[in-house]
Amino acid sequence: MQRESMEFDVVVVGGGPAGLSAAIRLRQLAMVEGRELSVCLVEKGAEVGAHIMSGAVFEPSALNELFPDWRNMGAPLNTPVQSDEIFYLSCSHRSIRVPGVFAPSTMHNNGNYIVSLGNVCRWLGQQAETLGVDVFPGFPASDVLYDEEGRVRGVVTADMGVGRTGEQKGGFTPGIELIGKQTVFAEGCRGHLGKQLISKYSLDAECDPQHYGLGIKEVWEIPAEQHVPGLVIHSTGWPLSESATQGGAFMYHLEDGTVVIGQVVDLNYRNPHLSPFDEFQQLKHHPLYEQYLRGGSRISYGARAIAKGGLQSLPKMHFPGGLLIGCDAGTLNFAKIKGSHTAMKSGLLAADTIYEALAVNQSAGQDLAAYAEKFRASSIYDELYQQRNFGPAMHRFGNLVGAVYSWVDLNLLKGKLPWTFHDKRPDYSTMATADWAPVIHYPKPDNVLSFDKTSSVYLSNTNHEEDQPCHLTLRDSSVPIAFNLPTYAEPAQRYCPAGVYEVVEDASASRFQINAQNCLHCKTCDIKDPSQNIIWRAPEGGGGPNYTSM
Amino acid sequence: MKVLVAVKRVVDANVKVRVKADESDVELSNVKMSINPFCEIAVEAALQLKESGQASEVIAVSVGPDVCQEQLRTALAMGADRAVLIKTGNDLEPLAIAKLLYTVTQREEPGIVLLGKQSIDGDNNQTGQMLSALMGSAQGTFASQINVVGDWVNVIREVDGGLETRSLRLPAVITADLRLNEPRYASLPNIMKAKKKPLEVIDASDLGVDIAPRLKVIKVSAPPERKAGIRVNSVQELVEKLKNEAGVI
Repeated sequence: MQRESMEFDVVVVGGGPAGLSAAIRLRQLAMVEGRELSVCLVEKGAEVGAHIMSGAVFEPSALNELFPDWRNMGAPLNTPVQSDEIFYLSCSHRSIRVPGVFAPSTMHNNGNYIVSLGNVCRWLGQQAETLGVDVFPGFPASDVLYDEEGRVRGVVTADMGVGRTGEQKGGFTPGIELIGKQTVFAEGCRGHLGKQLISKYSLDAECDPQHYGLGIKEVWEIPAEQHVPGLVIHSTGWPLSESATQGGAFMYHLEDGTVVIGQVVDLNYRNPHLSPFDEFQQLKHHPLYEQYLRGGSRISYGARAIAKGGLQSLPKMHFPGGLLIGCDAGTLNFAKIKGSHTAMKSGLLAADTIYEALAVNQSAGQDLAAYAEKFRASSIYDELYQQRNFGPAMHRFGNLVGAVYSWVDLNLLKGKLPWTFHDKRPDYSTMATADWAPVIHYPKPDNVLSFDKTSSVYLSNTNHEEDQPCHLTLRDSSVPIAFNLPTYAEPAQRYCPAGVYEVVEDASASRFQINAQNCLHCKTCDIKDPSQNIIWRAPEGGGGPNYTSM
Repeated sequence: MKVLVAVKRVVDANVKVRVKADESDVELSNVKMSINPFCEIAVEAALQLKESGQASEVIAVSVGPDVCQEQLRTALAMGADRAVLIKTGNDLEPLAIAKLLYTVTQREEPGIVLLGKQSIDGDNNQTGQMLSALMGSAQGTFASQINVVGDWVNVIREVDGGLETRSLRLPAVITADLRLNEPRYASLPNIMKAKKKPLEVIDASDLGVDIAPRLKVIKVSAPPERKAGIRVNSVQELVEKLKNEAGVI
């Protein structure tokens, strides 16, 4: 197909903390020196922030670098962390408070803020536009463009107005080629283009497989007398401990009587009967959390996978014509359970690298190995190195012994032990077969604290144009029923936090149904399907959740 | 012939609105805003008039705070030639909006003024009608088809129980219904071009129009939650319940 094309110096894919920081810094550098430098940023959400979901306790280190004056510029960091509490939930009604000195030092949050990362990104998006970045929300990058020498030369945006079977509808608008001297991929965890780039350039040849978690989160409005602005609670243990699954939960008290509550389930879980969604619904009944939520009302729901493999799983981040940054590569600091500041910092480093390279040599398609050097010399490398054994220790020793190990490692020895643990087993391969694993019976939601998937997805404001090709594609359409169902009781029905996948019993046979319009773009199916048979692709522009203040 | 098309900034149709805790209004902070869907249809209709050679220029106009420029830029990206924002921080009622739009029609003298039939936030369905009264012009509301013939425009209206065709003498006010057309997507190159198209900002207070509110909002509350259904065992039981419990038959 003949497409229109537009040329820029730099094309950024993804309007999250990493991509926005890279775009903003590039324009800042160009403006200081009065140089011409065009930057465009495409974002698949209907607006910047629409697809952003995070806790979030936010460490402002990278924001301080980007906008030292952010306080006066109105950045939405309104709630400083006032107190930090860590609990071990030993069962459905008991909890043990972990004294501060026994918490890993990385879990201390002095100087950090409780934010809605979506709102922070909305604000960064406005700053980017003010600085002259061409920000295009509602335009997903659907494919990477390569030149004849195999270098990345840009991306193509998704076609609009394509019907269910691929036919062109009335308002058909073909996608545009966005050509850049450098293309920065910042799609977040398990980006669908990042995944292709990692494979094409073998970027992960020398690292461990990436490891993931699935975060599910709700925003609640609670009665004023139960609201403690600035309170941060983390817990581990029940209910995930019942199925020997790893993960943890959080509750943060924001401004205006709102709190967020969420749970991250480690996607290396074994039991195919596990439902991360129902585990989270159960969590809210624990007295530790129930005491705050009681009498409140739920206003928002969302889910997103996180890349938590850390330094051992970090692929090469540069290739001919582009860079892979933020969670698209996997820069999250799991011991701190924070990825925003490291993502932003990786964006700042990307901008510095590209700016310096283009100042010397304007040619397109360069492989900027300098990025690796800059990264290695940076603060994120130091912190990721220090905590490198946190995640693998948990996988190796389990939550409790792993926590003790990490306390010694991080608090006493500052991560200076000479060894590095590895975890070579990809998350999709850990599942036990359905007949070996105990079936988990989840209680029915009470519609006060716990809810079903349908009413939850409703609160994510998710919408996709109905008449379009399904964006969740199967390599082999027979696998779900012929193999996954008898072997693993088709776990997609349970790991998907939006109810996208259903096994429907028709009169004669079972049928695999994909309700793609419910998709929250969390990418869990692409990660956890034991047959690696589900490929997540970008739907028509603007589709997906419309998160407010997530 | 110029076509003036009014666009309103409203909460995006995909967002589930939530009433503020103090019941003063619905929550609008950090919520996605868009062009009112019926206004978008009106923009498309205006563009089609231009593309068929019946209109010479399409002017988009909005009334509201500075952020409404986003919606005007969307109209420009779809293909409008220029835009006018009447800037005001006040929460306006349909009559005030109609009066402000009237000042623009006096200046621009459009042959057709297109509006959405109603906005999805206020659901008033009044602005178009009031504007036509102020202009002393004909009105064709709930349009599902528009056809300009010389100095007249034929409008097919969606009325209760069918369609009604009316001939209006120009200038006329037309409000768009759902089936009038399917609005186009704004393409990336057109969004870029729209950034350079003229957008004039006029302060509402300079127009000498009384826009003081006539109404006072006392309370905004969410609709009562629907109760869960029950399953009945027989037709007899259903009929019995419909008669005695629900009282509908």
